[in-house]
Amino acid sequence: MEEFLRLIIGKYNYWIYITLMMIGLYAMIAKNNLVKKIVGMNIFQTAIILFYISTGVKKGATIPIIEHSHDAAHQAVRAADYINPLPHVLMLTAIVVSVATLGVALAVAIKVYHRYLTLEEDEILKQIREP
Amino acid sequence: MIWQLDLLILTLVVFCGIGAIMIRDLLGAAILFGAYSFMMCLLWTIMGAVDVAFTEASVGAGVSTVFFVAAVYHTTRRTKD
Repeated sequence: MEEFLRLIIGKYNYWIYITLMMIGLYAMIAKNNLVKKIVGMNIFQTAIILFYISTGVKKGATIPIIEHSHDAAHQAVRAADYINPLPHVLMLTAIVVSVATLGVALAVAIKVYHRYLTLEEDEILKQIREP
Repeated sequence: MIWQLDLLILTLVVFCGIGAIMIRDLLGAAILFGAYSFMMCLLWTIMGAVDVAFTEASVGAGVSTVFFVAAVYHTTRRTKD
């Protein structure tokens, strides 16, 4: 039981990641305002980035920049001393993609506002159904 | 990784996220989302992902907030939920 509890508490980053993901999903589904939906989408994306960064963390490791790089030939690089940099590199791309999707989504929201003069989903649907 | 600081900032992140989707004002939502992104940036500095941290600080907290404020400026601050 104590072992199980330690497993739960020790991985608290993952629990917060699930919480953030569910907050984002709730905002995307249940919120009525288009900008709120876009905020939810961004929170969702950030939660996934948090998950990937959490997988790269090692206890007692430092940031992934090689020490003693001048005489690196004499000293072996121990991988356990450095945080895994592969998830970081993947998530750099994800951040850029997320800001691109944000820009496109907000541009579409502005066009929708100029056409229907509202950002609320139900009012837009009402205007579409009764022209 | 300092776990006390990590846990404190994770709590702040969750509160900023909930606040950003609960507040009844779109400009407030944009500002809270900027705070959320900046907290995420601090979190990644703590976790040792410095490259991701400064990309998030410039792109997530900077450009995204500017986009949101510009979108709210071109549309409306009013929201029902």
